[in-house]
Amino acid sequence: MIRDITLGQYYPAKSILHELDPRVKLAATMIFVISLFVARSPVGYGLATIFLVLVIRMSKVPFRFMTKGLKSIIMLLMITVAFNLFLVDGNTLWRLGFLRITDKGVQTAVMVGIRLIYLILGSSVMTLTTTPNDLTDGLEKAMEPLKKFYIPLGPLKKFRIPVHDMAMIMSIALRFIPILLEETDKIMKAQMARGADFESGNLIQKAKAMVPLLAPLFLSAFRRAMDLALAMEARCYRGGEGRTKMKPLKYESRDRTAYGVILGYFLIVTAIERGVQIYGWIVALPGRWMAVYQWILSFL
Amino acid sequence: MIRAEKLTFDYEKLDETGQAVSMKRAVDGVDLEVRSGEFVAILGHNGSGKSTLAKHINAILLPTEGTLWVDGMDTKDENRLWDIRQDAGMVFQNPDNQIIGTVVEEDVGFGPENLGVPTDEIWRRVEESLQAVGMLKYRKHSPNRLSGGQKQRVAIAGVMAMHPRCIVLDEPTAMLDPHGRRSVIRTVQKLNKEEQITVILITHYMEEVIEADRVFVMDDGKVVMQGTPKEIFSQVDRLKELRLDVPQATLVAYELQKRGFPLPDGILSNEELVEELCRLKSKM
Repeated sequence: MIRDITLGQYYPAKSILHELDPRVKLAATMIFVISLFVARSPVGYGLATIFLVLVIRMSKVPFRFMTKGLKSIIMLLMITVAFNLFLVDGNTLWRLGFLRITDKGVQTAVMVGIRLIYLILGSSVMTLTTTPNDLTDGLEKAMEPLKKFYIPLGPLKKFRIPVHDMAMIMSIALRFIPILLEETDKIMKAQMARGADFESGNLIQKAKAMVPLLAPLFLSAFRRAMDLALAMEARCYRGGEGRTKMKPLKYESRDRTAYGVILGYFLIVTAIERGVQIYGWIVALPGRWMAVYQWILSFL
Repeated sequence: MIRAEKLTFDYEKLDETGQAVSMKRAVDGVDLEVRSGEFVAILGHNGSGKSTLAKHINAILLPTEGTLWVDGMDTKDENRLWDIRQDAGMVFQNPDNQIIGTVVEEDVGFGPENLGVPTDEIWRRVEESLQAVGMLKYRKHSPNRLSGGQKQRVAIAGVMAMHPRCIVLDEPTAMLDPHGRRSVIRTVQKLNKEEQITVILITHYMEEVIEADRVFVMDDGKVVMQGTPKEIFSQVDRLKELRLDVPQATLVAYELQKRGFPLPDGILSNEELVEELCRLKSKM
């Protein structure tokens, strides 16, 4: 159950998405997420759905790999949906004691739910089709302009944003997620075999039961970190300076096309949302004109 | 290629304030010379100082006393640190904790990237090294899905891609099953023979040192025995004293000898044993 988290797990396959420049995928994910917040109408959501389905089909990653990532946020999802369902004001549809469900509540709950699910799916597509190394290369390259800025700390010392180091830390963290998850699973089973109980009891008891799980996990994580640092140094790692790239990032025509597609998608979503607004505005127009007309008349 | 003179290393145990409370001498006055192209094995039980010695060759640890030269470079010379590490690559025990990349080929490319090798050359080296360890068809795989032996071979390829003259393997097979162990050792032997890479294999599996040119046995930080595998394994009593196993064939031959069968010393493999026994039988 704990291995179901797919975030940060690369799924090797041959697809256009796998071959795209990681910067494109990063930007596209960001734009997709923004588009989810721009979309308010069913039409907007429909477009996002179509886009997402097409992208998932293109990625050639089995759909169940994506949904695995969803299982990990199911609690968060339920809580968010429940809050929206019960706490948003509007016309009451159903009532039981102090709990009531309103039409607006249902609307927002569904919207927020879809938004969260699409958010996870969208970012899963990115992490599943991009190797963590590519991802951090992309981040590093995208953050390159930041290298020019620094905070002066005294006359000789400057604090520069450690872009390369941050990227390296991220890539290693991503690489070790599956390994540490497997380890958690193993420790859990080992403790369960000796009578540990992770399932029953109230929240506090459950939290307490996690201690014999977390302590060895942390210990082993530190040991792994030490080993890895040693192995990296033994292979001449000494920071970003003077390092060449095995896979240097270069935009190709398919990357430019992809930028075009994602921007086009975003413009259409915005236009539709705007359109819905403008349509509403136009519908309301005669009334407004009347008001203005009356307002002018009132002076006469 | 590698020369150590009176090499000594102390582990310091620090208390909370950072004061040294006790010292443990892990390596104690070791003199050692490894020639270029040799296959050298270092044996010893846990805590004999063999891993500490190995870490000196890669300049991960610096000697407390004495000197170690790699290809004429003193490991204490900080300006040559990266040259030394490039020259003497290191493979560690745990396959999971030394693979940095998420795809096999990216991991193999990590070393050359650090050395500042141009991109085209990196790709050439990656292909070449993966070919050399027989892992070329797994180049696009995720290391998590490989077996232990395969992971270790990837790690060896990662070192090979840096074009070292010498590889130090610190118990590379300790966490592997017999099949993986065999594949790793065979790979190392092949590199030694075909690419003339100097190999220093640290292990406590006797079967792995049979093919070595020379064997050093360490105990309590000191080199207590050295010689060819035949010379070492003919001294079964001495090895037992050092709490080391001997290969099964050697042990059988030794016990037969004790019971009065005229077998020669230093039988290492099953084949040799069978041959000698057949010869003995035909004489009877």
